[in-house]
Amino acid sequence: MVLSAEESGRLAGLLSGHADRVTARWTESVVASLRGRLSQAELRRQLQELHASMIAAAEGGLVDLDDDQGAELRALLAELSRGRARQGFSATETAVSVYALKDVLLGLLDTGDAHALRDFVAYSRLIDQMGLFTFESYVRTRESLIADQAEQLLELSTPVVKLWEGVVAVPLVGTLDSARAQVVMERLLQTLVDTGSPYAIIDITGVPAVDTQVAQHILKTVVAARLMGADCIISGIRPQIAQTIVALGIEFGDIATKASLADALRHVLRLTGVETARRNHRREA
Amino acid sequence: MDRVPILKIGDVLLVSIQVDMSDQTALQLQDDLAERIVATGCHGVIIDITALDIVDSFVGRMLSTIASISKVLDAETVVVGMRPAVAITLVELGLSLNGIRTALNVERGMELIAAARYDEGGYGPDGDDADTETTAVP
Repeated sequence: MVLSAEESGRLAGLLSGHADRVTARWTESVVASLRGRLSQAELRRQLQELHASMIAAAEGGLVDLDDDQGAELRALLAELSRGRARQGFSATETAVSVYALKDVLLGLLDTGDAHALRDFVAYSRLIDQMGLFTFESYVRTRESLIADQAEQLLELSTPVVKLWEGVVAVPLVGTLDSARAQVVMERLLQTLVDTGSPYAIIDITGVPAVDTQVAQHILKTVVAARLMGADCIISGIRPQIAQTIVALGIEFGDIATKASLADALRHVLRLTGVETARRNHRREA
Repeated sequence: MDRVPILKIGDVLLVSIQVDMSDQTALQLQDDLAERIVATGCHGVIIDITALDIVDSFVGRMLSTIASISKVLDAETVVVGMRPAVAITLVELGLSLNGIRTALNVERGMELIAAARYDEGGYGPDGDDADTETTAVP
């Protein structure tokens, strides 16, 4: 409980008694902090809504923002901060929209009166609560944005392309962590099944660094592909990466490794080409 | 008790596992398969595990045993149609199907067996052609 029912009633009276002055001053002090990135009319509309909702809540006997009476106000605040987060405003700029109300209220009160000051402290507590709530919603919106983007990145960054009849390639770009390695592995294996390709080329030109963990992920993918009956070739190993691999003592065993994607493709074609050449020879003979 | 059917296609026996394997079913399959290999004189066995959601150490051991039995009877075994999820699980568990050849699908499996027979210069379905060829080419 941040303010008593009587204080809440007096707040409603104060806000509705000077409605025009409150919204005008409020808009004025907020618009300066937003530096013209939001039109004054738009801002005034938002703050008027907030103002009306605060009056409604205070008249309903609001004693705490978490109460049922505050539901509409909370929804409005969440909406406001979601909008601000999406439009790229900072957390401070968003919170200021609420905190500016404090100065407005202080201007309306008779500062010489001790009762009025005590009321102001109570109002401040409510406004602090509103500000914190705004900040929370802002952060939540940002976090969901970041999560969405990470997911999109995961989707985007792991294409499996068909290079030749029966040959698919996975150009890996960016750091390979466990989550991405899992996605790459699943997608590659699924593509092998869907296309019936017996050869896969894993190109690591775009991988900035290969440590033991990354190598482990690649090896797992290769072994899984082998279990399914497909062969993997690793290509795009840059000179520094080759040195790192040797320095770390990573063993690729009997997995074919090539310097470039072109070499890998030539290698695969030779593998398949030898077979066809033999058959042709046999038929001709 | 479930019994796994064994189909003969040319020189190859095709086993498609559609049910969950129990000890009994596995033993029965080994018996049946050995008998069929001897009776038909086939030189290839394809085991299709497309329908299997789970391959554990038990099924892995069964596949290895079947491969070994077939080997003794001079038949090549190829396991085909392993699902990606199954392959990933096997790798995570560290189970590798040693001594078992794998292919993506039945078609590739038959190609693989045909190629293996040809490399051996053995008597495939077109083994007679291979013989005439070797004598014809100087």
